[in-house]
Formats: sequence, structure tokens, C-alpha cells
Amino acid sequence: MRDFWNTALRDLGKIGIAYISVTVGVWVVFMIIIPQLIMFDYSLRPMLPLRELGGPKDVWTLKNYLVFFTNRLHMAIFFKTIWSSLIVTLVALSICYPIAFYLAKVARGAKVGLLMLGLIIPYWINELLRLFAWQIILADMGILNQLLIFLGIIADPINFRMGNGAVILGMTYAYILFMVFPIYNVMESLDKNQLDAARDLGASWPRIHYKIVMPHAKPGIAVGCTMTFMLAAGTVAAPQLLGSPSSFWFTQVINTNFECANWNLGAAYATVLMLLCVVFMFMMLKLFKVGLKELTQ
Amino acid sequence: MKSKSIFKFMIGLYLVLFFAYMFLPLIFMTIIAFNANDIPQITPWKGFTLMWFGELAKDDQMWSALWNSFIVAFSVVAISVPIGLGGALLLTRLQFKARNFVYGVLVSPILTPGIILGISTFLFWDSYMDIPGGLWTAIIGQSTFISSYCMLLIMSRAQRFDLTQEEAAFDLGATHRQVFWKITLPFLKPALISSMALAFMQSFDNYNTTLFAIGVEQTLPIYIGTKLRSFISPAMNALAVIFIILTVFGAIAYEYRRRREMIKAAVKIPPEPAAQVLGM
Repeated sequence: MRDFWNTALRDLGKIGIAYISVTVGVWVVFMIIIPQLIMFDYSLRPMLPLRELGGPKDVWTLKNYLVFFTNRLHMAIFFKTIWSSLIVTLVALSICYPIAFYLAKVARGAKVGLLMLGLIIPYWINELLRLFAWQIILADMGILNQLLIFLGIIADPINFRMGNGAVILGMTYAYILFMVFPIYNVMESLDKNQLDAARDLGASWPRIHYKIVMPHAKPGIAVGCTMTFMLAAGTVAAPQLLGSPSSFWFTQVINTNFECANWNLGAAYATVLMLLCVVFMFMMLKLFKVGLKELTQ
Repeated sequence: MKSKSIFKFMIGLYLVLFFAYMFLPLIFMTIIAFNANDIPQITPWKGFTLMWFGELAKDDQMWSALWNSFIVAFSVVAISVPIGLGGALLLTRLQFKARNFVYGVLVSPILTPGIILGISTFLFWDSYMDIPGGLWTAIIGQSTFISSYCMLLIMSRAQRFDLTQEEAAFDLGATHRQVFWKITLPFLKPALISSMALAFMQSFDNYNTTLFAIGVEQTLPIYIGTKLRSFISPAMNALAVIFIILTVFGAIAYEYRRRREMIKAAVKIPPEPAAQVLGM
């Protein structure tokens, strides 16, 4: 301990240490930990009128969680959200894997730069506007319906906004790039000689991917999946813009609770969503056998 | 040989499809911004017009939301970059046992759904600090996770720092302040600039965290969200076109800068002797 302080003092000086302590201290205590604890505290208390706050009724209870676990509709929406987010994640992964591999190991020179630019531009356009583009395409008199009618495939416009399809489609579009970049980053560090050697020894492409590329890309795949799942399960924009009443998302349930001024119930639902994302992340870590350190490189 | 050319064709086709998927929606959106049709669709085409841009410019709500977005984004930059620097210095310059744990805590906001950060920030400030949801809570909520991004960006450069430079400076009698301003900071400068840009853009684009934290105020994404949920006018397409143009320029500038840096890093200019840097 003493060594630690001595080294720290020698390397960074008093001002340096004070700077780090203050910035990181404020961040961790007042922005990361306390707000989370307070949200959790809210979730454990019943909703009370202002004058009863702090009174005898203001005690910790699991009632808000019970409301969730006994509400069939909300449970169904919760599982639907998980299921749909998994679909978004899987679709994004299968679309992005070849692109990432191509960018990292096949394309060369100026082409890489151009393709990268092609990925960065949609990535930086506002999420809402990207979803808006799909709102236009999938509208009743939208581009897709017009095209299908023009081609004579359908006679009357289809309501694409029914059900979850539109939300899933829009989300995949909006979050796909959170999958490309992490996988690309790890694949870039793969030694190309390994691929050539395997090829020379007669390995087929699927085998090379299964035995060499995928194991190497594991951390990237884990990051991409965790991010995409978290974004999909945690977004309120996509279901708001692309959904219909039949495709209510769990985040919208949380939002409704807050709009009805039941902050306590909202906090409980938010805690459930938080737990879901934490569990998913640890499952990913376990599944791909990577550490948290590698997850956020 | 023949199978190889088929393979190449397949890859080419895949790339074309992928980029069509990425760009066609944006292209449709752009074309519609110039269609004199009240409904935001390509057909029926009622002639070329710039009126939707005019309509957008007349919307006072849009201007006040834009102004708020700038206030929030600049504040987020002012908060997140110093915090990110602190975190990066802590994790790269100090050796301690709980390092991995601390790292986990500091990156956790990135892995938390945005709405959770918004909700928890809102509840904390509203009930314990008596500050209701508004621009301030939006700034803090966004900074919580944007600081993590800044930290990761600064860390990736700080890890490549050659510590002997600092040691040489200390040996030559430099103070901590001199070393920081003349050696550490100039080395980290490119990462600090990119983290400023990143923080600004992340903040400017943020919807999920802001929605729950901001109360009744509006930033640009909140304004867009409200508009898109109620009455859709091609004025939103005009706004999208402006966004797309700015993004294209921004992305090109960013890519250009990144390349130039990569070339610089590849050439490996030998570090100048510390004494020379200090002007001794």
C-alpha cells in the first residue's frame, strides 16, 4: 500500500492524484453508483402521496416486483422483448460477420477506406432518422407497398406495422453497425499467415472459419452481441416509431409507468430490464469464455 | 479457378446488397425532402421543391431544441473529457489489485441500457438534490456513459505512451506540472480531440437517456421523436438531409484524420529528447 502511494506520488504528483481522485470519484459515486442505488430504493417502496412519504407506510417491500410477476400481459411483453432482441442480435451477427471478415482480411488499400466510410456514415446518422427512413418504407402507402403493387405481387397494401416485424427490421438496421466494428477490430489482429497455412494444408473455408477465425474473433463477437442485445432490449425509439399497439415493447411499459407518475413501479420495471442485460452480458462472457477486460477493448 | 471467380462474384454481390441495405433508406429519405408532396413519400412525385427546408426553418420549436442540443452537447464535452482523462490515467498509470474491478465499474455505463441511466439520474436529482428533470439532468445522464467512451479512447493512446520520456524529464529536474503540460498532454492530444468529437456527437444524437432525464425540455432528438410520433411532415426529411450532409462531411474529415495519424504512427518519428521539449 505504501509502495503504491509512493509510486503514485512520484509518477503523478499531488495535483495529478488529486485530479484523478476528484474526477473519477465524482463520476463513480454521484453518477454511477448512487443513482443506481436510488433507483433500486425507489423500486422497493410503494407509491405514496407526498404527505405519507417517510411515514409508517414508507417501508421496503417487494410489492412492485410482485405486480410485474403477476401481470400476465407485462410478463408476455417482457419475454417477447427478450425473444425479439435475440432475433435482432442473431440476424445482425450473421449479416455482419462476413462484412467484418471481408473488411479485415480480404479487402485491401483504398477499398478498405471507402468501405469503412460507407459504414461510418450510416453509423453517425441519428438513430431516430434511421428509423424514420423505415417508417417511410413500411408505411401503408410506402415505398415497399408501392413496389409490390407495381410488380403485381400484391393487390392491396399490406400493413407491415402490425406485429413485431417492423420493429425487429428497423432495430436490426439501426444497430447493425454496433456489431460490425467490434468484430472487425478483433479480426484485424488475426495473422493472415494462419489462414494461408490452413488453406495450404487443405482446410476448407467453413473449417478455417470454425477453427481459426471464430475462436480468434470471440471477444469481438461477444462485444457485438452484448451491445446489440442491450440496445435492442433497451431502446424506446424503435418501438415508438415503428411499432403499433400490438408490438408494445418492455421499455414502453416502463415509459408508461413514468407517464402515469408511478415512479416506484417504473423503477422496479427498469431494475428488471437492468438485471436482464447484466444476465445476458455474463452469459455471453461465459459462452465465449472471455473476460470483461476483453469485452470493452 | 472457376470456383474462385464464382466465390468472388458472391462476395461482390453480398457487398452490394449490404451497402444497398445501408444506403437505400437514406437515399429515399433524401429524395422525399425535395418532393412537393405533403405526405413524405416518393410517389406521387409532385415536382421539385425546397419548401420543406423553408418550413423547417420557420419552426421555432426546432430552433429552441437545436439550441438546447448545443448547450447539452458542449456541457457534456466539458464534463466527459476531463472525467475520461482521469479514468484513463487511473487505469493506465497506477498499478493496484482491484484494477480489473474498477475497470468493470468504469465501463459499466456503456453496457447499461440508456433508459436506465436516464431514469436513475432523473430520480437521483429530482428527489435528493431537488433539481427536477431538465437540461442539467440530461447533461449528467449523458455524461455518465459518454465519459466511459472518452476514457476508452484516451486509454488506447495512453497505453502506447513511452514512460521513459517522463522519467528522463524528471531526471532533468522537471516538475510534475511541466511534465504533464509538456509531455503527457501533447502526447494525449489527438485522443483528447477525438474524444471531444465523439462526446459531442454521442450527446447530439442521444435519445433514450435524454428522453427520461430531460423532463419537459427538448433537445433535437426529442423534438424529432415527438414530431415523428404525431404528425409526419416532409420537413423532417429536410432535417434528415441536413443531418446526412453534415455526417458525410464529418465522417470524411474523421477518416482523413485517422489515416493521417496512422501514417504518422507507421513512420515512427523518433521521440524528441525530453530536454529539448522542455526547452532546456
